[in-house]
Amino acid sequence: MPVAASAIYFLNLRGDVLINRLYRDDVGGNMVDAFRMHIMQTKELGTCPVRQIGGCSFFYMRISNVYIVIVVSSNANVACAFKFVVEAVALFKSYFGGAFDEDAIRNNFVLIYELLDEIMDFGYPQNLSPEILKLYITQEGVRSPFSSKTSDKAVPNATLQVTGAVGWRREGLAYKKNEVFLDIVESVNLLMSSKGSVLRCDVTGKILMKCFLSGMPDLKLGLNDKIGLEKESQLKSRPMKSGKTIELDDVTFHQCVNLTRFNSEKTVSFVPPDGEFELMKYRITEGVNLPFRVLPTIKELGRTRLEVNVKVKSVFGAKMFALGVVVKVPVPKQTAKTSFQVTSGRAKYNASIDCLVWKIRKFPGQTEATMSAEVELISTMAEKKPWTRPPIQMEFQVPMFTASGLRVRFLKVWEKSGYNTVEWVRYITKAGSYEIRC
Amino acid sequence: MSGHDSKYFSTTKKGEIPELKEELNSQYKDKKKDAVKKVIAAMTVGKDVSSLFTDVVNCMQTENLELKKLVYLYLINYAKSQPDLAILAVNTFVKDSQDPNPLIRALAVRTMGCIRVDKITEYLCDPLQRCLKDDDPYVRKTAAICVAKLYDINAELVEDRGFLDTLKDLISDNNPMVVANAVAALAEIQETSTRPIFEITSHTLTKLLTALNECTEWGQVFILDALSRYKAADAREAENIVERVTPRLQHANCAVVLSAVKMILQQMELITSTDVVRNLCKKMAPPLVTLLSAEPEIQYVALRNINLIVQKRPTILAHEIKVFFCKYNDPIYVKMEKLEIMIKLASDRNIDQVLLEFKEYATEVDVDFVRKAVRAIGRCAIKLERAAERCISVLLELIKIKVNYVVQEAIIVIKDIFRRYPNTYESIIATLCESLDTLDEPEAKASMIWIIGEYAERIDNADELLESFLESFPEEPAMVQLQLLTATVKLFLKKPTEGPQQMIQVVLNNATVETDNPDLRDRAYIYWRLLSTDPEAAKDVVLAEKPVIGDDSNSIESSLLDELLANIPTLSSVYHKPPEAFVSRAKSTSARPDDEEYTDAVETSYSEWPSSSVDSAAVTSTSSPVAHSVAHSVAKQPGQVAAAPTPTSPPAPVPDLLGDLIGLDNTLIPVDQPAAPSGPPLPILLPTSTGQGLQISAQLVRRDGQIFYSLLFENSSQMVLDGFMIQFNKNTLGLAAAGQLQVAPLQPGASARTLLPMVAFQNISAGPPNTLLQVAVKNNQQPVWYFNDKLSLHIFFSEDGRMERANFLETWKSLPDSNEVTKDLPGAIIHNMDATVEHLAEANVFFVAKRRNANKEILYMSAKGPRGVPLLIELTGSVGVPGLNCAVKTPSPEVAPLFFEAMDTLLK
Repeated sequence: MPVAASAIYFLNLRGDVLINRLYRDDVGGNMVDAFRMHIMQTKELGTCPVRQIGGCSFFYMRISNVYIVIVVSSNANVACAFKFVVEAVALFKSYFGGAFDEDAIRNNFVLIYELLDEIMDFGYPQNLSPEILKLYITQEGVRSPFSSKTSDKAVPNATLQVTGAVGWRREGLAYKKNEVFLDIVESVNLLMSSKGSVLRCDVTGKILMKCFLSGMPDLKLGLNDKIGLEKESQLKSRPMKSGKTIELDDVTFHQCVNLTRFNSEKTVSFVPPDGEFELMKYRITEGVNLPFRVLPTIKELGRTRLEVNVKVKSVFGAKMFALGVVVKVPVPKQTAKTSFQVTSGRAKYNASIDCLVWKIRKFPGQTEATMSAEVELISTMAEKKPWTRPPIQMEFQVPMFTASGLRVRFLKVWEKSGYNTVEWVRYITKAGSYEIRC
Repeated sequence: MSGHDSKYFSTTKKGEIPELKEELNSQYKDKKKDAVKKVIAAMTVGKDVSSLFTDVVNCMQTENLELKKLVYLYLINYAKSQPDLAILAVNTFVKDSQDPNPLIRALAVRTMGCIRVDKITEYLCDPLQRCLKDDDPYVRKTAAICVAKLYDINAELVEDRGFLDTLKDLISDNNPMVVANAVAALAEIQETSTRPIFEITSHTLTKLLTALNECTEWGQVFILDALSRYKAADAREAENIVERVTPRLQHANCAVVLSAVKMILQQMELITSTDVVRNLCKKMAPPLVTLLSAEPEIQYVALRNINLIVQKRPTILAHEIKVFFCKYNDPIYVKMEKLEIMIKLASDRNIDQVLLEFKEYATEVDVDFVRKAVRAIGRCAIKLERAAERCISVLLELIKIKVNYVVQEAIIVIKDIFRRYPNTYESIIATLCESLDTLDEPEAKASMIWIIGEYAERIDNADELLESFLESFPEEPAMVQLQLLTATVKLFLKKPTEGPQQMIQVVLNNATVETDNPDLRDRAYIYWRLLSTDPEAAKDVVLAEKPVIGDDSNSIESSLLDELLANIPTLSSVYHKPPEAFVSRAKSTSARPDDEEYTDAVETSYSEWPSSSVDSAAVTSTSSPVAHSVAHSVAKQPGQVAAAPTPTSPPAPVPDLLGDLIGLDNTLIPVDQPAAPSGPPLPILLPTSTGQGLQISAQLVRRDGQIFYSLLFENSSQMVLDGFMIQFNKNTLGLAAAGQLQVAPLQPGASARTLLPMVAFQNISAGPPNTLLQVAVKNNQQPVWYFNDKLSLHIFFSEDGRMERANFLETWKSLPDSNEVTKDLPGAIIHNMDATVEHLAEANVFFVAKRRNANKEILYMSAKGPRGVPLLIELTGSVGVPGLNCAVKTPSPEVAPLFFEAMDTLLK
């Protein structure tokens, strides 16, 4: 049964109800008490996001300082429920201008109730596209086109769009300048052993798109991925151009992309929503260019001293540079005193996360930097357990670099009025979970 | 755009309600609207604002859509508590449902469907009928869901008004969202109905698969879920369906992906071509892996489902084990699930890598995770024979770190490894013994003791090691005591020298005299008996070869697995339980007597304590000729029995019910259950107060010539009670259960009635007859409940007890006078002769003759008691005057007291 929820609650960290909406009659109104008693006030919190208490099941997620709790008593579709929460939060954020926290909820509770009524009916998720909902659910009731009889014309249009085949784009948009911005954002996930061998490495990328296009344009995106290129050369019966091609492990698309067409022709074609959205996500595991190599040596000198030496090498093009590089080297809890020597950037000891934090604002390509530190420890009697040596973690951003080597080859825009569009493409690679065991 | 609604929450407590009332009735629109917002804010924080019902409903007729929606929200919450006032809203609803604005039409129908008040439901039908055929697709898609709402309130009404047919027509609607909602509604209605309502033909299938392309993401989920019930006719059709569904794997919505995976997995069953299957497996892997980059909660759902998928089709993710490696910052629930999948995917090819990972995890901070990692190494050793040695060396390395809980966990798994590969790795025992004194957890201690006992002959100082545990014997938990007992016996049998002999005396004494644990006591007695009778036989039994254990990490049984896979990605697939196990409302498709068994298997998925069960099984096994002869010799040699403290409980005045429960296991035979009847209220035998929220009412009844125990269970506790069992103590008439007690899991607040078939003369108690019937009921959640009921002889009176006059006289005469027993029944009364005769006949006491003697009526009656014993009855008394004299003449006069009790009950 694709039912996703019988009731939905928003609670603050103390367990006060901020919003409650019952969708079905099969759960009692006081089920939230059970959640408070059996999950919030116990060690259970955070051990498992799906829990059964009595005849009901609870799914919960924490978003900033709010718990969103879904209650069901039937064999509900859990994936649907969580995805619904994720999308609903995105929707609320888009309405509130970015923030989703306790204050934002209290300040907009009427709007939230209105939206909750619209985006889910009897536990079945309905249309959650912010674009369309903003047509007829507005912050100020007076702005609603239905409050005054004069603007009744807009109404059938709105309802058709909610339910239409292109349920994510409204008609009649017009821009003076037609522009498309493409952001290719990649996160590199790395797990390296202390001996320097790569245990796991992958890139999860997403293509974010910002569209300011008039009318109902048809877009087609071309990437330098192997399968797409092969199919293209097959269709046009001409040999494949040489050049770097990459192999995508998996791609997922925004609902605007025609999946059947992608399956048969391997082309990404779509009618985009207006404004900003995530067009696609992809994952690559083969041929990843790691932007940084980290070579740590941590020596325990007796029971009270550590010698830490970390060398970081940038291995991307010499003309590029990385921004906001942070290297976090874990040290034991009983660290008392630290002293550093760095070739660039700044390093300090952060006691709240038990790490030496080394920050380098700008890190040019094909260079290296080192940090050596001495750490003195308080010797305590009760250290039965040896230090567990958590991994070194790294953060960075490298603009105009893709760890996967992905490139946008073309973005074609067709619209019946035949206007010209300007396309902008940016690339950036960030650290996902970039961990080096030591 | 940011609102400032938080001010509505800050209201003065004092006089709030009257103040709101006043504001609601204000003539200024803005003030009115603010007041409604305050009411909603109060409702949200849990204050009761139902007293404002009329005032709020009065605000309903408004042009302002926002205000209208707020009022509707209020109605949804409070209409049920004010059903009479709710009718006030009906007019506006009906009017709104004809509004020119489709949003308002839809809003009215949507809200009306949420108000579960009968009177409103009546008025919903006409607007719903109109809206289902509305020109606007937005109204139609709302109306489609509304049919499901109405069906939930009043199924008959929906069928009578023909809404189902209209709903079915909507499947062919030209708007994809209307189609999707209609499918969702029909699928839900089908789920609660036993009749076929929504049958998916190949025609609807094609239509819906086409609609799939144009639906919203959620619509795709509804359709895929509904279509997954479709059974393709042949491999070709299955392949066609799969081809249409595979593009969905690329969807950004995890629910769409998982529903598509479910559908593909189901159709794959039919596909015969191995190429196609291999290809599909290849296609499914990447989307499943991608789910692991979603939010942790979604990852968790995905991992629980992947766990099922790799059990069914291990090839799909066989090469992807690396993606399940844990990240340091993964939430604990994600790590645990990843570990579980890593074990399932571990193979000879990747074991080295996997072991490195496990070893890394075993040094992390979270204790539960570390333990699971250590256990995972052991499970890999058991699963992969060729890798066992490497696994063991990793375990030994971990033991050397000397982190207490790592060592204990390692010892627990090593015990299992010894069981799996006997006589292979015993050389490491010495290393294990080094950490002996650090053990403080029962399971680890018990494992270590088991190892010492099992390999006593190879451990030079086994006796010293065991002795070190003996000092604290009385304080140890039962698990450790049992192992100590067995290990000491093993040691003695292997090294029958003086030291062990003294030890065994101490242990047996402790385990028999000093303990109140029946398991321990019984095991000790059996060992004692064995050792004192025939040490050789004891050797054969105690040191018997144990069956080798296997890898059961793929533990879900295949038919359950299929059911769970058909439920991807619902709660059922997350809990790894069939829906009936946790949904009380679900229509149960098949009864599962072994329900409990596999939920257990899922939870623990590994034989937690194989050694103890095997040891005790070897001892108690009656099929073994040795055990048989032992039992025999015990019976023959009373002297020896007396030498040991008497184990068997002698017939005590108050029988030991627990002892009987153990002895009479064989009376629990499953039997087809008659339907639970409804009838007059039963006497309460276990009140709620004593039963920790469980109330049991019960009575013996006779139906169609058979005796039943009619039981009513009422659960007012906070938990679900299941696994009910019943047992009767020995009683005068030897009543016992003829079948298992069949009670479905009892939800909090629920009750269950059942009829338990009974048999007589099964376990007859000795001693003078009495009417006491002692009953014990247990369930999985609570302690055993004991209560007393009364035996009543009249339920034994059989239907063929009627006697002819001549026959009666003859029998009467043939019996000696000593067989006649007389008793006054002071409480009994005959109000009306005919009525009494009829009443007694219903109870199978039949009228033979009557006569009058000195203002007294004398009635002669007959009945047939237990085992067909005839009962000849003479009742003397006056109509309307309390007090009767009753005489009974029967070949077995010992039942007379019971008979009088029965007559007393019948004539009250």
